[in-house]
Amino acid sequence: MTYRFDWSVLWTGQSGRWLLSGLLTTLALSACAWILAAILGVVSGALRTMPYRSLRAAATAYVEFFRNVPILVWMFFWYFAVPPLLPRGVQDWLFAHGLEFWAAVGALGVYSGARFSEVLRSGIQSIPRTQLEASVASGLTVAQAYRYVILPIAFRLIIPPGTSESLNLLKNSSVALTISVAELIFQTRQIETYTAKAIEALTAGTLIYLVLCLSISSILSWVERRTAIPGLITGGRRRR
Amino acid sequence: MTFDLGVIWRNLPFLIGQGFLGFGSFAGGTLRLAIPAIVLGFILGIFVGLGRLAPQAWIRIPATVYVELFRGVPLVMVIFWMWFILPMVLQTAIPEFGVALAAFVIFEAAYLGEIVRAGIQSVPRGQVEAATALGLSGGQTTRHVVLPQALKNMIPSLVTQFIVLFKDTSLASIIGFMDLTKAAQVVNNREIRPFELYLFIAVVYWACTYSMSRYARYLESRLGPA
Repeated sequence: MTYRFDWSVLWTGQSGRWLLSGLLTTLALSACAWILAAILGVVSGALRTMPYRSLRAAATAYVEFFRNVPILVWMFFWYFAVPPLLPRGVQDWLFAHGLEFWAAVGALGVYSGARFSEVLRSGIQSIPRTQLEASVASGLTVAQAYRYVILPIAFRLIIPPGTSESLNLLKNSSVALTISVAELIFQTRQIETYTAKAIEALTAGTLIYLVLCLSISSILSWVERRTAIPGLITGGRRRR
Repeated sequence: MTFDLGVIWRNLPFLIGQGFLGFGSFAGGTLRLAIPAIVLGFILGIFVGLGRLAPQAWIRIPATVYVELFRGVPLVMVIFWMWFILPMVLQTAIPEFGVALAAFVIFEAAYLGEIVRAGIQSVPRGQVEAATALGLSGGQTTRHVVLPQALKNMIPSLVTQFIVLFKDTSLASIIGFMDLTKAAQVVNNREIRPFELYLFIAVVYWACTYSMSRYARYLESRLGPA
């Protein structure tokens, strides 16, 4: 091996600033996409379990199409194909405010929304059907029953699979580098380009991802313990 | 803007032949990458899964670190690692196909290993005890008793993971591998028809993955809870 390690490239020159800005872009992109995905996932996931055939079919079509196509294809689609279809004013705003970032938010949010939807659906389906029937029998409409009974239970049940889907979203945000969003891996590559120290740069990026994933999953498992419903299987896990 | 399907028709041999199947003058092909990646990733995954359950700490701990490490980083990162590391370690130029295949096998083996582990843990302990009582060695028990039953329990999640891997092969285009996504990019650079082209490859990917997921559901209902 003729490779000579020089770890100082990580704290000399611009590297630190690049890594920090990459990390912030990754977090901003993931947070915006997460909000979009959560809205789409909750709406479509709930619709998929509701007793209305046409709404269910529409939600199923959304989930099956968007989650079965690679995220990379969606990145290109939202970046190259969607903007020309938008009204003039929206286009101008996007070009002025970082089109690639918002295209990535759209791609990642709509794609992950379809995956969140499946998580929520299986959470709702694990709640006994009698809960919904009892709510409707006591005078709630179906929408109210979902709002006050079904969804609050389902949200607590889906924290573990929701955590791993959220981490998938975070990791998938790296694909945005293909449409030149300056996220973490993009900045890692930039350090490599400027210093020709690939291993050091990649190690820094890898460690940041590992720390991010580990801290998010430990925060969410704390949330899971705090919100566990006593008496349910998932609620009892902590005592075993 | 008009919708022009002619662009798909004119470039169909390139998109499907070169991009999807991998016949042509470029190193490429989604299927040509996906199939060996699935087979080799699964084989490595079996060892990782067995390693996670090994009673010896010197096997179990590295296997656990392997799984946690690769599940904590994006696939794109692993691809770049291979892109830089492989030529350095092997002291020779590695084609995109080799880099991509190595990245997918190593990355997916971590996920497949977890599936294998869950499948093995779903086999009742009594099976192992009965096999030991019959005089089988540890290796024989694993090979003839545990793995065949575990495999059957794993099939639905395995197919799901294969779908994920199939979709992930699109990321090989980042390092220049001429798969379906890269082929669409190349055609788009010439034709400037992003809407039609990207929607078309989305439909091709969808047709493959959706049929695989229908098959998974069919297997699930046929095999039942074992």
